[in-house]
Amino acid sequence: MMAGGFALAIALAPAVAIVLILLTRRAAVAEGLNLVASAIVFPAAILLLVAVRGGPQVYWHGYIILDGLGAWSVLCAAVVYLLASIYAVGYMRLLDEPRRLSRFYALFAGFALTTLVGPLMNSAGVYWIAIELTTLVSTFLVAFEHAPESIEAAWKYIIVVSGGISLALLGTVLFYWAGSLVFGPSYAMTWAALRDAAPRANHALLLLAFLLVLIGYGTKVGLAPMHTWLPDAHSEGPAPVSALLSGALLNTAMVGIVRYLAVVDAAGIGALPRAVLVVLGAVSLLVAALFIVRQRGIKRLMAYSSVEHMGVIALGFGFGGPLGIAGALYHMLNHSLNKSLMFFGAGSAMRSYGTKNIGGIRMVARRFPAFGALWLAGAVAITGAPPFGLFASELTILRAGMRSSAVWAALLMAVLLIVIFIGFLNHFRIMYFEPAAADRVPSGQISLWCVVPMWGALLPLLALGLWWPDVLWSYFATIAHALGGTVALAGAAP
Amino acid sequence: MLAAHLDPLAASLFSLMAIASLLLAFIMLGSRWIRHYLYAFAAESWLIAALSAAVGYYGNYPELYLIAILTFLFRGLFLPYLIFRIIHRLNIAREVHVILQASSSLVIGAMAVVFALTVAARIGAELGLSGTIVVLALTVMLSMKLIGFLMLTVRHEAISQILGLLVLENGIFLGAQILVPGMPLLVEIVILFDLLIVVACFGLLVQYLQTHVGTTSSLALRRLVG
Repeated sequence: MMAGGFALAIALAPAVAIVLILLTRRAAVAEGLNLVASAIVFPAAILLLVAVRGGPQVYWHGYIILDGLGAWSVLCAAVVYLLASIYAVGYMRLLDEPRRLSRFYALFAGFALTTLVGPLMNSAGVYWIAIELTTLVSTFLVAFEHAPESIEAAWKYIIVVSGGISLALLGTVLFYWAGSLVFGPSYAMTWAALRDAAPRANHALLLLAFLLVLIGYGTKVGLAPMHTWLPDAHSEGPAPVSALLSGALLNTAMVGIVRYLAVVDAAGIGALPRAVLVVLGAVSLLVAALFIVRQRGIKRLMAYSSVEHMGVIALGFGFGGPLGIAGALYHMLNHSLNKSLMFFGAGSAMRSYGTKNIGGIRMVARRFPAFGALWLAGAVAITGAPPFGLFASELTILRAGMRSSAVWAALLMAVLLIVIFIGFLNHFRIMYFEPAAADRVPSGQISLWCVVPMWGALLPLLALGLWWPDVLWSYFATIAHALGGTVALAGAAP
Repeated sequence: MLAAHLDPLAASLFSLMAIASLLLAFIMLGSRWIRHYLYAFAAESWLIAALSAAVGYYGNYPELYLIAILTFLFRGLFLPYLIFRIIHRLNIAREVHVILQASSSLVIGAMAVVFALTVAARIGAELGLSGTIVVLALTVMLSMKLIGFLMLTVRHEAISQILGLLVLENGIFLGAQILVPGMPLLVEIVILFDLLIVVACFGLLVQYLQTHVGTTSSLALRRLVG
């Protein structure tokens, strides 16, 4: 019963905050309410993680499932929500639109709510609805600044993602149909039911349905070549929204792919789906590497880095096995922390220098020594350099890849990660140490509200890199077991 | 399952409705007048509502009557009315710049149907259901999906893109009625409401697009590249 209470707290805190914000409509109150909600959600997410260690629990007539995978994804989202809410206090005041601020916070809490509850849906159909709702709410956040660019980004976002998501709906219907040939016309379409039906269902139909679902939710995850909305939406929304999109939303959609992967694994036809997932992951890395090297916009740089890391996570789940799954799950949390840090830094730099172009940001090291050092540490971390958490998780995924039959993907991943390391840090070298052509003097100081969450992201990241707790290993092993044990890409039996 | 052993009259009725909706999708594909798209979409929704009622009658699924009424009201009347108002306010009658001539898009649409038929026939054979209405339902479902994507690609008026998305969902609706009439009611009701929200969103966005970008054509959206 404990787990149910925590899940309720996670859902109710933002919901109550939204209602109160809409009732009061005062910027200062909205700020505080949102912050309080995120401060409640974060400890509840940790407690939820502890409470579900005994095994999955089902609530509310079977519509809600509290299991390891869902709780982990909720934790990733809750971390980003907390950090982004703190950052938003400092950042949104700079926009100087106090009247619209309460609307922003209501939408922001709503967006967090949909990403938090999405992974806990036990019905494949309701999960689809939750993902669609995240799109609807976040569109308005992307368009919040009302600049022509943000509206263009929002439009592309909603069209591309709705189109992609409709493929996932088609796949969901086909999965249900495949199950109905086993169970009879009406049954509750829970993940467990789909997995029970899978061994007796038609394999060609399951494959078709899975590929549709993979393309559909893959659009939402931002796997190339369906990533086209991602750089626009992530670069044009306000910085706290970018952090939430990148650190929380993408993971929420990835959970769906992983759950469906467990279904096809149960049918014993996981080889082709895994191969497709690995190829999509590798293509994402390739596309990201190409666009990172020649990038001109600072936030677009971060957005392509998200495409890269979603590719890495897809590779981890694609390689499969306890090692691949553990690496991918660990990478989710590390990426959520690190990408928040990067977007916070990019947002502050953008506001201080008054430009989105890398070309306009110069001499960060001299102008903002403390903030600059923090952001630079984050940049080193996001390229996968030790001693930060992403190094540990990327290395684990590489090891899983070397053991699988898709060694080519692991080698390609290693090469592309090096290319990205050089390309990404080169941009930072230019921003930090190259003298400005035209002397553009950044204005003002960076507020404490904006710097504190960056510390809040960097310190855990460092800790996770230096020490991978045994508790987490066994936790990941439980999740891997629940997802179908040791099924991995052919030839990978450990 | 219902679709596998239907009496001949019901089977031919369902087939007729499915094929008629596919034809309406082709009308949307072949016309350049936005108003035609809208009428074709409304007619398609009415057909799907009628199909829901028919499946409910022959298969004994009373809850499908409710879905039929909801589909008719929301997708058949309310959505077209909202879009009609937007068209009226924006004062656009047709696609000005054509990426692909109507005739070429019709040919591509026909090829899409052939592809869908191949996939559907393969799945039907796998399930031992060749020659039943299942193959037809799958064909129509997949080809309406492909035609919807084709419309999204070659049309660039904001309204056409909204309608393209709605055609995508209409295909799924139609197929789901025949293939899985027993799918939990909750899902289908929420999908109806979900669509309403989509249109509300789009209405807002179209307004934003015009006031801030100055046009509702996606051809003008080319600031964000690279």
